[in-house]
Order: sequence, then C-alpha cells, then structure tokens
Amino acid sequence: MLLEVQDLHVEFTSRDGLVNAVNGVSYAVDAGQTLAVLGESGSGKSVTAQAIMGILDSPPGRISKGKILFRGEDLLTMGREARRRIRGEKMAMIFQDALSSLNPVLPVGYQLGEMFRVHRGASRKESKAAAIELMERVRIPAARERVGDYPHQFSGGMRQRIMIAMALALEPDLIIADEPTTALDVTVQAQVMDLLSELQQEYRMGLILITHDLGVVADAADVIAVMYAGKIVEHAPVDALYKRPAHPYTKGLLESIPRLDRKGQDLYAIKGLPPNLARIPPGCSFHPRCPIARDRCAVDVPPLYEVAPDRSSACHYWKETIGD
Amino acid sequence: MSEPPQPPPVGPPEAPIAIAAGDGRGEPATPTGAEPGRARSLWSDAWHDLRRNPVFVISALLICFLVLISIWPSLIATESPLRCQLSRSLEGASAGHWFGFDTQGCDVYTRTVYGARASIAVGVCATLGVALVGTVIGGLAGFFGGFWDALLSRVTDMFFGIPLILGAIVFLSMIKLSGIWPVVLVIAALSWPQIARIARGAVITAKQNDYVQAARALGASHARILLRHILPNAIAPVIVMATIMLGTFIALEATLSYLGVGLRPPTVSWGVDISAASTGMQFRNAPHILLYPAAALSLTVLAFIMLGDAVRDALDPKLR
Repeated sequence: MLLEVQDLHVEFTSRDGLVNAVNGVSYAVDAGQTLAVLGESGSGKSVTAQAIMGILDSPPGRISKGKILFRGEDLLTMGREARRRIRGEKMAMIFQDALSSLNPVLPVGYQLGEMFRVHRGASRKESKAAAIELMERVRIPAARERVGDYPHQFSGGMRQRIMIAMALALEPDLIIADEPTTALDVTVQAQVMDLLSELQQEYRMGLILITHDLGVVADAADVIAVMYAGKIVEHAPVDALYKRPAHPYTKGLLESIPRLDRKGQDLYAIKGLPPNLARIPPGCSFHPRCPIARDRCAVDVPPLYEVAPDRSSACHYWKETIGD
Repeated sequence: MSEPPQPPPVGPPEAPIAIAAGDGRGEPATPTGAEPGRARSLWSDAWHDLRRNPVFVISALLICFLVLISIWPSLIATESPLRCQLSRSLEGASAGHWFGFDTQGCDVYTRTVYGARASIAVGVCATLGVALVGTVIGGLAGFFGGFWDALLSRVTDMFFGIPLILGAIVFLSMIKLSGIWPVVLVIAALSWPQIARIARGAVITAKQNDYVQAARALGASHARILLRHILPNAIAPVIVMATIMLGTFIALEATLSYLGVGLRPPTVSWGVDISAASTGMQFRNAPHILLYPAAALSLTVLAFIMLGDAVRDALDPKLR
C-alpha cells in the first residue's frame, strides 16, 4: 500500500471546547488508484488531508490518535526535516483556490521553479527551463512567453493547471487534491479533471480526491469514502456505491442530485444540518437526520459493517438501505 | 476559459492606420498607457504611479538634492563652516554672504549647507536601524506566534512605553560620547517598536494566505517561506512607515540638539544652529540666523513626509 491512514483522530481546541474534527478515519490508497473522499463542509475531509500532508495548524489542531503510514513508514513519528523533504518530493497537494494559493508578487515560472530549487538544488536557469516544460505539460499555451507572468494574468482554469503542474513537478507518488475544481466553471472543471486523471495514469500516482461534488467523483474515482462528522460512513467501489448505496446518508446525497428524468418534482434534500463537531450526537452521529433511524441508533455507535468484500457501511440497518 | 491572451496588435494591418493618424514615425500603433499582457508586479505598478505623481517627483528631487549636498557640500558652498570671523558677528546679508553671519561670525549659508549632512545621516541611519530591528523582531513574532509572539510583543510594548524625548535625554546625558552615532543609536533603540508592530501585523496577515499553506505543502523550509513568500507581501507598510519616520527622525535630531543632548558643536547641524540662534536675545536683532537653518529643517522633514505619503498611495491603492 502506498498510503494507509489508520484510526486517525484530530481535535481542535476552541472557545467552545474540544472540537473533534476527525474521529477514527481509516483509508488506504495504492499507486495508480484514485480514492474520492466525499462529504459536506465540516465533515473532516480536508483536515484529514492536512494531517497527511503535515500542514495542520497546530495549535489549535492536534492529532490525538492514529497512524499515517506512507510506504509502511509512520509519518507521525518522523522528524520534522525528514517530513519536510517528503512534502513536494513524495507527496504533493493541489488546493481549491488557485488564485490565492499562488503568491501574487512572484511570477508563476519562479514559483514552479522553486520546487526544483528547494528539493533538487537546481540553478535559476535550470529551474526556469523546467518550469517551461511543466507549463507545456499542463498545456498552458505559449509557455515560453508566459513563464514570467504573474498569477493574476492567467484565467482560472490556467491557474488551476499551474497548481497541478506545481504538484506534479517532482513526480510525487501521492497527490492530494482538495476540491480542485470547485472554484472553476463547469466546462473548465471537466478539462482540469481530465488532465489530472491523464497525468495520474501516466505517472502511476495515488490520488486522493477530496470533493463534495458527486459528478466529479463518478468519472474520476475508483473507490469512494463518504465522510460524515469526522467519520467514514461508507466505503465502496464507485459503481457499487452509485448503484446501491448502503448508508442512508449516501443515499440522501445521491437523491439530492438534480436529474432530468425527475423534472417538475421537488428536489430531495437531507433534512437538518450537519452536527456541531464540539457536540456530536451520541450513537450514530447521523441519526437526528436519518429517515430510517430507530431507538437503537441514538445509543449504539455503529461499527463499519462489511457489506461485501471491499465494501463497508456504518449503519445498523444497511441491509434495509441497500435492499430497496 | 483558457485561451492565450491576444497578442498586441502589431504588424502590417495596423501600420497604415498609424501613419494615417499622423504619427509621422510610421511605427505600428500600439495603444499607449495600458500595455496588454505586459507583466507588472506590485513594485513596477507602484513605480508607474509614482512617476506620474507631482508630490512624489518634487519631494524626490528635493531629497536627491539634499543627499547630494550632504555628500559633497562643497558643490554649492565654497567656504568652510568652521572658519568664522568674530568681527562680522550677526552681520546681515551681503554680497557673497546671502544669509548673513551668526553670533560667532560664521557664514550662515555655509553652515546651513553643511548642516544637511548631520541631519540626513542621522535620519537615514536611524531609519535603517529601526526598519531592520523592527522588521526582524515583528516578523519573527508574527511568523512563529504563540510563545515567541507573546515574548517579543511584550518586549516591544516595554520599549514602546518609554517616552521618546525623555528616554533620549536620559540616555544621551548619561553617555558621554559625542557625534552622530549615539544619537542614531538612541533614536533607533526607542523607535523600533512602531515598525515591529506594523511588521508583525503585516506578517500575520500574509501568513494566513493560501499560498503560504501551499508553499508548506510543497516542502518549503521556514526560512524560504518567511523570506520569499511572506516578507515581499508584508514589507510595503513597513517601507511606508519608515519613509515617514525618516522625516520625524530628522526633526527629532534637531530637537535633541536644541535641548543640548544631541549633536554638539563643533559638529555642524541645523539643530545645533537653531539652538545657538535661539539662546539669548540674538533672535530679535538678527532673525536670519534662526530662520535659515529652521527653514531648511522644515523643508527636509516635509519632503520626507510627502515622499512617504506618495509611496503609501502607490503601494496601497485602497487608501486612495
């Protein structure tokens, strides 16, 4: 396995007390595989990613329990300098908002080349040539002329492609893309996702795709992990999950996608709001919003039941959910 | 969408139009002013604005002139400021001595010209010192946060609490050295907290930007993040503040010299001359000996403060 997250717990200290952002998340990604982590804002998907990258703001954030194994080595017990060398070189991250993730006062070519200067000790000239090559790889037109341009001179799609180029610069083994297409137009979204998938296949990288967009996931992912209130509630291969969801939350998400064949009907919405992470409901954290909740759900915390090989659901009544 | 920017309109189709428009030189018509697709950083943008700002041009020319005469005062003053003839004490203006003579019979014009050196030197050195110390301390406090922030900020507050003039009088009357360095040192030691606070705030703001997080995620070291990504985005307010402070430091040097604790004769400075001119009754009989050094001082301070204002306008368009 390329990356294995085992029983990760992350907590934040805040004025409201301890906020449990991640409560025992486990997932794994192999080389060449795409894992989509799906969930609404505040479900802990980005925090998990930050913990893997080692860029969690601490304080106030703290990893209280768990392991993050990268090629079998625990990142959490590793020295700071060793950890820094892994970032960028072995694993890299693509951020949601490319405009704010690029330094406005430095030309993009300089920022791309920085990867080679930091990790490979390249000279200015070498790193500039490498930057041009990278820009060509992500299909920035006239890369040679535009290498000295500043981030604000590029369109949103081009900026996101530059972010991708930056993450890919040193050909890492693992890429974490945190909502890479959320800030883009729908047409550009497809282009960026295609490029990302293509480059991923070419370099055989593991990809963790964090998103709340079910449409993006369907095309790109191999495996999906659905997160709710800092936990994985369903983990399944992509086709199986779309066909027959085994958790009421996943089912709710799928039913709330607008569909042409249900024109004229009201759009389904999951009632209620995601829980306050400082006061997660007892039992199953989804029970106050769940359409099939029983008394047991408010008391018993559901474990991850094995639904099928490679497939699990954290619902006591998964059989009922998957059956109808 | 992701198409390349339109190339600037050059080439044959445009050329005849340019000639027809009476350009005369037959150059292709490129729109002036906004050059499309031209890379412009914050600094080149600011420079573009500054060149067109009359306040900046006037104050910059004045400052250039002052710097020039403080390096080579003999360019415009032929005599020595220390060769005085007591027999001509308090004499008024005359041919070759347009500003007249002071109590000691020294040429006021020469002394005013030579006085620029001490004032500019104190102002520039104190500002450099303040900017360096303030940026380093404020920057580190803002960047590392937590314990270091608390420690450095409290130290900053302690220095901030010392009244500037009082502190300077106490320090300077304790140490028995003369010359410009003790004055520079005292001004720098008492004024850096202002810059430190501004630098700390600017660094905290810059630190929260996504690109800092992104740089961390790509494996950049603390030093690289601080120097390459945070500092260039946080330095503008420090530069503005430092330029404005430079003017006030020159005034402060004059104040301290006037109070008798700053520069002392035989050092030639505007403060020393103002001090000498305002003791006793000379001012009533010979106002020129106070007027000229005071006017030079005011003009210099004004030039630096105007420069600071213009730089601030250029660097922070939101304030306009």
